[in-house]
Amino acid sequence: MEFAFNDDQQMIAETARAFFDENATSERTRRAMAGDGIDHELWVAFCQELALSGIGLPESAGGAGLGLVELAIVAEAAGAQVAALPMLGSLAQAAQAIAAGGDEHHRAEWLPALISGAKIGGYFHDATLRSDGDRLTGGSRFVPHGSSADIFVVTDARRLWIVRADAPGVTVMQQTTMDQTRPLAHVTLDGVQGELLPNAPAGLAAAHRAAFVMVAAEALGGAQACLDRTVAYARERVQFGRPIGSFQAYKHRLADMMVEIEQARSAVYWAACAVDEQSDEAAMAVHAAKSFAADTYFRCAGDMIQLHGGIGFTWEHDAHLYFKRARALQTMLGNGNWHREQIATMILGEAA
Amino acid sequence: MAGEFRDIKGVAKLTGSPERRKEWEQQLAAHRWSCIGWPSQWGGRDATLAQQVIFAEEYARAGVPGRVNHIGVELAGPTILTFGTEEQKQRFLPGIAAGTTIFCQGFSEPNAGSDLASVRTKARLEGDEWVVNGQKIWTSLAHISDWIFVVTRTEEGSQGPKGLTFLMMPIDQPGIEIRGIKQINGDAEFNETFFTDARCPADSLIGGVGDGWKIAMGLLAFERGVSTLGQQMGFRNELDEIIAAARANGAANDPLIRQRLAKAEIGLRLMRYGAMRMLSQTDHSRIDGAALTYKIQWASWRRNLGELAMDVLGQGGEITDHADYEWDMLPNLFLFSRADTIYGGTNQIQRNLIAERGLGMPREPRG
Repeated sequence: MEFAFNDDQQMIAETARAFFDENATSERTRRAMAGDGIDHELWVAFCQELALSGIGLPESAGGAGLGLVELAIVAEAAGAQVAALPMLGSLAQAAQAIAAGGDEHHRAEWLPALISGAKIGGYFHDATLRSDGDRLTGGSRFVPHGSSADIFVVTDARRLWIVRADAPGVTVMQQTTMDQTRPLAHVTLDGVQGELLPNAPAGLAAAHRAAFVMVAAEALGGAQACLDRTVAYARERVQFGRPIGSFQAYKHRLADMMVEIEQARSAVYWAACAVDEQSDEAAMAVHAAKSFAADTYFRCAGDMIQLHGGIGFTWEHDAHLYFKRARALQTMLGNGNWHREQIATMILGEAA
Repeated sequence: MAGEFRDIKGVAKLTGSPERRKEWEQQLAAHRWSCIGWPSQWGGRDATLAQQVIFAEEYARAGVPGRVNHIGVELAGPTILTFGTEEQKQRFLPGIAAGTTIFCQGFSEPNAGSDLASVRTKARLEGDEWVVNGQKIWTSLAHISDWIFVVTRTEEGSQGPKGLTFLMMPIDQPGIEIRGIKQINGDAEFNETFFTDARCPADSLIGGVGDGWKIAMGLLAFERGVSTLGQQMGFRNELDEIIAAARANGAANDPLIRQRLAKAEIGLRLMRYGAMRMLSQTDHSRIDGAALTYKIQWASWRRNLGELAMDVLGQGGEITDHADYEWDMLPNLFLFSRADTIYGGTNQIQRNLIAERGLGMPREPRG
């Protein structure tokens, strides 16, 4: 495994960082929060001008090739700004599931549209989904950006289907969601026609791994941003006649944030590398990355509020955007305890 | 480790079997395995970082006891190679490489633990000799060492990092007295070292008079090197032992223990990839902050591991079959690991370093 970025990766990182810093501003994100939680202009620019949306997807299907390391780099930059984009559902889940689980026809029909941003994909899992031939009945209350999706990739953990959002029998209700940058929707399917993907195990594995890594990378970017912004504040804010960053109690909190973040960084790039290199460690690595990075983000976002004092508690300050996103990343796609139990099973076997 | 030296395989106590471990050190040297990262001219193998990592991992994997001369090989040697004169290299390096000159480190003092800049041990030049008076503490393995390197204050009235000089001193002399400090686990790895008109030749200093701080800081940078990866292999053995114990006594079915074991496993992996990131980063100005976090990371991880070990063992972990207060690996880990968050800079000092050097926070005003 390579542990330092190569020149191309360095370039992607710089490009993505500059793009999100400049465009995913607090004002624009807040405008998106008042609507469907997507900055659509930003999404089109990301997909079409920056052309990083095809990363991690095969070139044969209009993707940019490359792997999860590059995908993580992009997600980290987006996460640093809490960008209001449907990256997770559309690219890491739906597109990955279709690319790995679908046939030529599925790939040709959907991937170019997802990669270009012309269509938005959603993804959900329903363990009790009922299928009667190609008719599906079930749903989920927690579909990220579900109210904006044109198609859903739906799974019962064994099989995968594509469902069109405008098909008869689909009902989508946007929920008021704590994290307004990624609102959840309640999607119900009532005898809806689905298109079965032929290779479900490959599609599920690809979607899981990409999603775990993307969420972890987003958490890493968010956590680092919490630290960076708090460090900047600690330099300028003066209390008791000196910058608050000179107080040891304050410094130690910052240092603890950095210690956690450096481990989260190792976790994210270990997981991304392990998947890209098809290492035996990949399964453990993605669970480690998802649980560790999300916990790190939550801790850093909480500390960011505390270390900003009263201003950190206000709606006006961005701290709550990070805090709410961090909470959402902890619970989605399996909470930390679930991921750690997967690892415990790997090292201890099933509990008796 | 199955051959002639199998009697010292798995020796857990750092002070265990010192004579046999010196012989082992010399055996390594006889096959040029004692200091592979050094230049071949001085008995090394010019090994690359990656090669040193592989060696450190294999060494630990074989269950071989800690290197009795690790301070000589990892700290004194590189310091002499970097800052010493040609004559000093010739005087010291062959003995260190051969495992016949064992070194210990005289940095900490009773009133200057993590605050190295406030050392008070004095040295003055008398004719062609330095005369040293004062006291050092926590000198690991001083009682089995031949030489000690000492940070001394050579400028009367100087304060902080100024006026310090770095001296190499032979231990076997009337002016140096060593007293073991019995520690929490019953072992006595550390010592108090007293200097009463102790002497060394005038040319025993490394660098110039007053360069002590610079040399000491350079030396501490060596501590962040390759040994970290070998150290992790030892951690791996400890965690595996706990996993085995949990399986054997049913603790592996406890959901909370499972969570903690998973966390320990994750933490260990992240240390490994963190160290890899640190070592593969070629732009050293960039790694500084990240590298600073490593000490606190492993120290806290291992302290937690000790507590986890005891929770897995239950009350059985609190009794030993040995009459002389000697502990098996896991209870000993529990006791010893309380030192991990103290030596080499306490967690609190590390946090200051991270905040000040890694994040650019202003220093605490000092009186």
